[in-house]
This record gives sequence, structure tokens and C-alpha cells, in this order.
Amino acid sequence: MTLLDFARGPAMQWALIIFTIGIFWRLVGTVLLYRRRDFSQPRRKSGLPDGARAIVMRSVLPPELEHNIVFQHVTGYLWHIGYFVTVLFLGTHIPFFKSLLGFGWPHLPNAIVMIAAAVSLAVLVMLLVRRMLHPVLQKISTSDDYISVIVTILPLITGLISYANIGFIKETNLALHILSVELLLLWFPFGKLMHLFMTFPSRYQVGAAFGRRGVKA
Amino acid sequence: MSNSMTLAEILERRGVSRRGFLKFSAGIASLMAMPPSMIPRIAAALENARRPSLIYLSFQECTGCTESLTRSHAPTLEGLIFEAISLDYHHTLQAAAGYGAEAARLQAMEENAGSYLVAVDGSVPLADPGYSTIAGVSNVDMLRETAEGAAAIIAIGTCASFGGIPHANPNPTGAVPISDIVKDKPIINVSGCPPIPTVITGVLAQYLTFGKLPELDDLGRPKAFFGQTIHDRCYRRPFYEKGQYAETFDDEGARKGWCLFRLGCKGPVTYNACATLKWNAGTSFPIESGHGCLGCSEPNFWDKGSFYDSLSATQWGSPANLGAAALAGAAIGAGSAMLARRQQKKAQEKQS
Repeated sequence: MTLLDFARGPAMQWALIIFTIGIFWRLVGTVLLYRRRDFSQPRRKSGLPDGARAIVMRSVLPPELEHNIVFQHVTGYLWHIGYFVTVLFLGTHIPFFKSLLGFGWPHLPNAIVMIAAAVSLAVLVMLLVRRMLHPVLQKISTSDDYISVIVTILPLITGLISYANIGFIKETNLALHILSVELLLLWFPFGKLMHLFMTFPSRYQVGAAFGRRGVKA
Repeated sequence: MSNSMTLAEILERRGVSRRGFLKFSAGIASLMAMPPSMIPRIAAALENARRPSLIYLSFQECTGCTESLTRSHAPTLEGLIFEAISLDYHHTLQAAAGYGAEAARLQAMEENAGSYLVAVDGSVPLADPGYSTIAGVSNVDMLRETAEGAAAIIAIGTCASFGGIPHANPNPTGAVPISDIVKDKPIINVSGCPPIPTVITGVLAQYLTFGKLPELDDLGRPKAFFGQTIHDRCYRRPFYEKGQYAETFDDEGARKGWCLFRLGCKGPVTYNACATLKWNAGTSFPIESGHGCLGCSEPNFWDKGSFYDSLSATQWGSPANLGAAALAGAAIGAGSAMLARRQQKKAQEKQS
């Protein structure tokens, strides 16, 4: 079995199995956690408007913090959008999702996706370096912060190398790219990357809970 | 034809002009990525080369490799060069059969001990030697006996090189490649299902020219022909770079000749010379005919999933596996939540 066969076959199967177990563990475990009953009189019939509003409002730059977090805000959006464009719209990625989900979607020209990938990678590396050098960030960063950024960066680096076909031979480059994605899948449920599944439900929950008490989230 | 005749004498007798012969030499130099300055040396070496004895064994195979070789758009120079080899035994092609044929093999081995070449197509069954026999001799015994006095062995085709289709899961005959049995002789793997005829003749020409075997890659294949992937030299490569793919075999992309990656083309991970040497007198190769590369010159190509699954498509197992994983994850989540609730309750009871 070649490295590519291993990456495409058993390694992917186990990575997906562990990823699925981890995701369901975290989601079900969180949903079933004990919550104190709220005995206050609900101000609204439904939590939906406040929950939805919180999702939107927490996604835009709050005016009162505009000067403090504008850098993180912009760079955060930049690399996230670049990353999702790369993952979801590269022509050679669609067959992966099609094989997994049973359906695919149109892709973007490679030139656009490669620019998105390069921007995403540059910003991620910059943020990682900043985290390592910034005196405050140094103190508040945990191993999860570093591991999560590194496993997110690796598929971009290996993907660009595989696309450019430099370094190793093509199948080794491709195998390393797939293995790096599997590393991301393995770490995903157990670190802060889980925010992909948690962010919007938790924003909704906070908005709905505050709205019930008549407070803007 | 006498084995003592030089190649130049044989070609002259067959009416091949000097100009034609030099063209062939230039072709060989080009194929093997050699500089033009090597052409006179190749020509001189070929002219003076004696006909080496070649014993061609066919084991567990479909005769596709021999078909490929014999249909090398004869009469070409490559064909003549092949005839110029003293093909002393090839039980598919030879008229003789039975003991007479075997006697020819044994005689060639005796007369050319230590200097003859052995070409083998097909894999060797080990589960039961009776699965494939020639004149009552099992393939494994015949291979060991014939290889003993050989200068080198050329494994022709993917079956002889890597086990090929007989070796595919569940490998009922216990098929193995030549390299699993012969350990003490140089082996050149000329893989492909079938291999390109020009590659076979090119390897023989190199042996005639330099008296030694070509430089091989890590799978024992001549680098001159297997040094690059199909993808590296594919004329559709610009479409891959731009992200323009045919999605089906009859869509607009297919009609425009776009990249076949998403239709399962294995060109990016397949090392062979199809995109440059092509087939049928240089007419075309599978991708040029609108079908993706199957990766037939690579080990275990038959067991790597569907030919029509893209390299990006994952072999992710079954939905049942992921369903079971989801249930297991949910159970662990429910269990941990219950545990947390119990601890919270205890803490609250303590406080109250």
C-alpha cells in the first residue's frame, strides 16, 4: 500500500470516524448539560427574533470596540472567507464532497481559488507569528490555540505545494495534503475548531435567553 | 538468421537504408533523453551489436503484452530491431510445440549461458503451481530454471512487473511478480497493461547499445520512459491548471477537450510514456481519445477503487460506519452530560 493509498483509504476512514464520534460527543454532551430553570416572566413569546439578531450583531464589528479589535476582525474574516472558498470551491475538491455527500456543486476557476488560498495562508501565518510575539497573546494562549492554527495552516501549505507540484513527487504531495486534512479532522472536535459548530447556536442561545429577560444581547 | 551477424548486416539484408537507421538511432536517443551527440555512438553500437538471445516466457497473462509487441505497426524499424534479437523461444508465437519447443529453450540457454535475456509476461501463481503450466512444467520452476543463466530479466507488462490483474484482490492463484521469485538477477520492469511497444524495443536497444541495463526508478522501471507522469506531459494539462474539467463524458467540457481529472483520470500519479510516445504508430493515447488514464503501469491499479472515481474522491468506507460512529459519539455525549448533571446536583446539595 502506497502512502497515497493509505491516505485516501484507511487513514481517511478512521479520521472521519473519530471526527464523527467527537462531533456528536461534543454536541450531544453540550445540549444535554444541566441548565437552571428560568423562572422570570418571558418578555417575548419566542426567542427566535432575539436569537437571530444576536447571530447577526455578534458577527459585525461593535462600534464601541471598533478601534480595539478591528485588526482581528478584518483579518479573521479575511482568512475564514479565503479558507472556505478554497475548501468548498476548488474544482479538485468537489469530487471529495461528492463522494462523501452524494452531491456536488459548481466550482470556481483555479486562479481565483489560489488567490483566496494564498491570502488565507498569509493571514494565518501572520496571526500565528503575532500570537507568538505579542506579550499579552503569549500569556493567554494555550496549546489548543497553537495546535488549532497549525492544523488549519497545514492543509493550505500542502495543498498549494501539491497544486504547484514542487518538492516531492505528485503522489507524495497529494498524500501529504490528504494526511494534513485528516490531521485537521482528528483534532477538530477536541479543540477550539469546534467553534464551527458551536458559534452560531451559542450566539442564538445567548440572544434568546437575554431576549426573554428583555435585555439586548 | 545467424546470431553472429551484426545488426547492421541484418538491417541491410532487410533493405533498411542508412538514413532510416540513423533516424531510428536519433529516435532512441530522444526517447532516452540523451543529447544529440550520443546519436553516432548509438548508431555505431547498434551497427556492431550481435544478436543477443532472447527467451520470452508467458505465464499468467492475457497475451495483451505480446499483442502489443507484435502489433507495433510492422514493418517498422522497431519491429525489425525486435526481429534482430534472436528470439529463440516464445511459445505464443513459435510454430513448434511440446518437447520440440522446450528443447529450443534449453538449447538457447545452454548455448548462450550467462548472456541471454529473459523476457517474461504474466505473473507466477504460487497458491497451486498447477494453475499454470507449460509442457507440464510449472511457471515458477520454469522461471527459476531459465533465470539461472540469464544476463538480465525484462518483466514485460504489469502482471510480470507487479502481479497485475491476477494479483488483484482476492488473488485466488497467489500470483506474484517476477521480482518476488528471482532475487539474484537484474530485473527491468516494463509495466503497462499492455506496455508501449516502443518502450520494450527501446529497452532492448539500450541494452544493445551500451551492453548494460538502463537507469531504473524505485519500482525497477527504466527512468527514460517512466520518469514522468502522464499528467506531466498531458496536452490537457493547461485545462487542469485553469480548473476546467469535463464532468461527464458527453458534456461541453468533454467536447472541448478539457481535463478528465474529475472523470477519474489517474494521470497525475501514473508514470508512463503514453502522452509522448502514444499508441498505434503515434496516433493517440487514451486521454486523447477522451478517456481518463487508468493508471495501468502502477502496482495494484486494479484494486484502487473505481476507474471513474476522481483521485480527490475519498474511499471513506460505508455510511453504516459513520452512522455507528455518530451513535457512539451521541452515547458518549449523553453519558458525559449525565455525569456532569450528577456532579452539579451534588454540588448544589452541598451548598444547600
